[in-house]
Amino acid sequence: MISRRSALAGLGAAGAVATLAPTRTVRAQPAPIRIGWAVSRTGPFAGGAATTVIPNYEMWAREVNEQGGIRVGNARRPIQVVEYDDRSNSEEAVRAVERLISQDRVDFILPPWGTGLNLAVGALLNRAGHLHLAVNSVTNRVDDLGRRWTNAFWFLGRSSSGAEALVAQLAAMRQAGQITPRVAMAAVSDQFGVELANAGRAAFRAAGFDLVMDRNYPLGTTDFAPIVNEAARANPDAFVAFSYPPDTIAITDQARVLGFNPKVFYTAVGTAFPLFRDRFGANAEGVMGIGGWHADSPALRDYMRRHMAFANREPDRWASSVTYSSLEVLAQAIERAGTIDRAAVIAEVAKGGFDTIAGRTEFAEDRVRRGTWWVGQWQGGEFHGIAPANLPGARAAAFPKPAWRG
Amino acid sequence: MLVLDAVLSGLVLGGMYALVALGLVLQFGVARIMNLSYGEFLVAAAFGAFFTFSLGAISPILALAFAMPLAFAANWLVYRVLMTPLVARSRGNAAALEADSILATFGLLFVVQGVMLAFFGGQYFSYSYLSEPVRVLGSVQSLNKLVALGFAAVIGGGLYLLLTRTRQGTAVRAVAVSPGAARLVGIDVLATSAFAFALGGALVAAGGVLVSMFLTFSATAGVTFTMKALIVVIMGGTGNLLGCLVAGLMLGLAESLVATFVDPGLTIAANFALFLAILLWRPQGLFGRAAR
Repeated sequence: MISRRSALAGLGAAGAVATLAPTRTVRAQPAPIRIGWAVSRTGPFAGGAATTVIPNYEMWAREVNEQGGIRVGNARRPIQVVEYDDRSNSEEAVRAVERLISQDRVDFILPPWGTGLNLAVGALLNRAGHLHLAVNSVTNRVDDLGRRWTNAFWFLGRSSSGAEALVAQLAAMRQAGQITPRVAMAAVSDQFGVELANAGRAAFRAAGFDLVMDRNYPLGTTDFAPIVNEAARANPDAFVAFSYPPDTIAITDQARVLGFNPKVFYTAVGTAFPLFRDRFGANAEGVMGIGGWHADSPALRDYMRRHMAFANREPDRWASSVTYSSLEVLAQAIERAGTIDRAAVIAEVAKGGFDTIAGRTEFAEDRVRRGTWWVGQWQGGEFHGIAPANLPGARAAAFPKPAWRG
Repeated sequence: MLVLDAVLSGLVLGGMYALVALGLVLQFGVARIMNLSYGEFLVAAAFGAFFTFSLGAISPILALAFAMPLAFAANWLVYRVLMTPLVARSRGNAAALEADSILATFGLLFVVQGVMLAFFGGQYFSYSYLSEPVRVLGSVQSLNKLVALGFAAVIGGGLYLLLTRTRQGTAVRAVAVSPGAARLVGIDVLATSAFAFALGGALVAAGGVLVSMFLTFSATAGVTFTMKALIVVIMGGTGNLLGCLVAGLMLGLAESLVATFVDPGLTIAANFALFLAILLWRPQGLFGRAAR
């Protein structure tokens, strides 16, 4: 396994490429399957990549090689990894993927973290006929890209589905007489936040909710006192923030300090991170967020144990296990196809029917995976999936959110 | 009530901006090192506070007592080992030194960031300390931010006295105004610059420790702090302490008032409009160059 940990990003990137020449020492072994990835080791996306993507890629590669590799026909072939740092920069990501395709000539490429980077490298992967397992990429552009990029599979789906699932959950609570139609909404002005907010706004209106606050804030905002104060003054029954990880922490903390405790408190990306529970302890209880998982599933419990042993920390409760399941899909598709021919493997992935830690993986017509968790809630120190309610393991929402403790 | 909330939140936020920028006033304004690795040192101090707090249960306030001398020593070494050759090569040409120091500290940025990534990984870190509500004139603020504001005032005030009331401070100001003339009156310019750079480093560490109480950070978060500090320092007037405090508070107030009364989406636009307006009106910064 050749892995380039880019501790010194930007320094000697070209020099490092030269050292990436494959080292084939053992001749008796079958040729390895070369797998490449370019993910954000540095830059603003490093936090997301380090939480959700990197431990899973590394753990999977090690586990597969410990088992002797992936079975192709009669032989087991080990995995050889080529890795680059995209520095959270889309031009850099495109360059790295180009290098993986034409210079390193890898057999399969694993995608970066984040919608923007996935879209940036998507066209290139499509043109080269490479499989694109787009996991950490949630966007409404699946509508038009899904038709054109027949090599791409969308594991989490559209952002509008996320907002609509949340609104459906709140509408059910309203139906049950638990909350009034008063909803306060805030969203980060960045791709995913804006898409969620647009879909959320439309869905709230359509469901007859009264948006008593509707605000955007710029990416990188650190002070949320004005927003939380305004939300508190509007006196809503539900507070919804389509936020990113640092904002999720800051907004929740600000609400706690100001004693703003609506019956439903929802923050988006980052709520499912173990960091959230570690940071807020008992105060995490009852907070809803984007994501969730089937916490009682034996396969996921085993995954949690392996992840702890490998990375010395817990996985996040949304995209981590889905990322890992996408790698299981890749391995099973190769085994079923009996070849590493990319077109054959892509055709095999499209057939679906994979048994993974995230359950049975099937794709819809538009190659969007079925069964994405959209709303989760911290209940007793675990982030359980609560919506869509028809998924296996879905819990009922705990209501109302308990008061903040000091 | 509404106005009071906004003004107090703005002052608290502005205090944080000033706190984050104080060290750069000395490093850039006096030692003339445009330190691009500034934010990385701030994040390193934040990591220090995180681990002493979560592993050793040592309060971040107490950690300041260790972090500041340690950072002073580390930054003194950085100046002596990395910057002194550049200073010698520039032969008193400030523009040449600025360009060289930008390149050198750009490299240092990746070294420090790389070491942090290797040790801590890229994920987010956050802990809770003094995150309690406090009533100030009827408006609720969180205690840790008020503590940070208090430290910004104490450190800023103490530094002001140090610079204006002591012999060493006078030497520092002389070097800030004119390194060439300072030499003529018998000031050891190199030693004084090293002192100013190291003192700046100690202030960065204080800033890092204090903001870690309420900001979520990661090994790669440094550049945002460097940018903020640069804006504050340039707005206040390079090398001017009072200017840095006033500029920080102005930015914080503008951000909070705009977020409360106009739209939270316009905070960054408001900050840069203010920055631009001040640059147009006073290109040398609010208070001009270093105070004499």
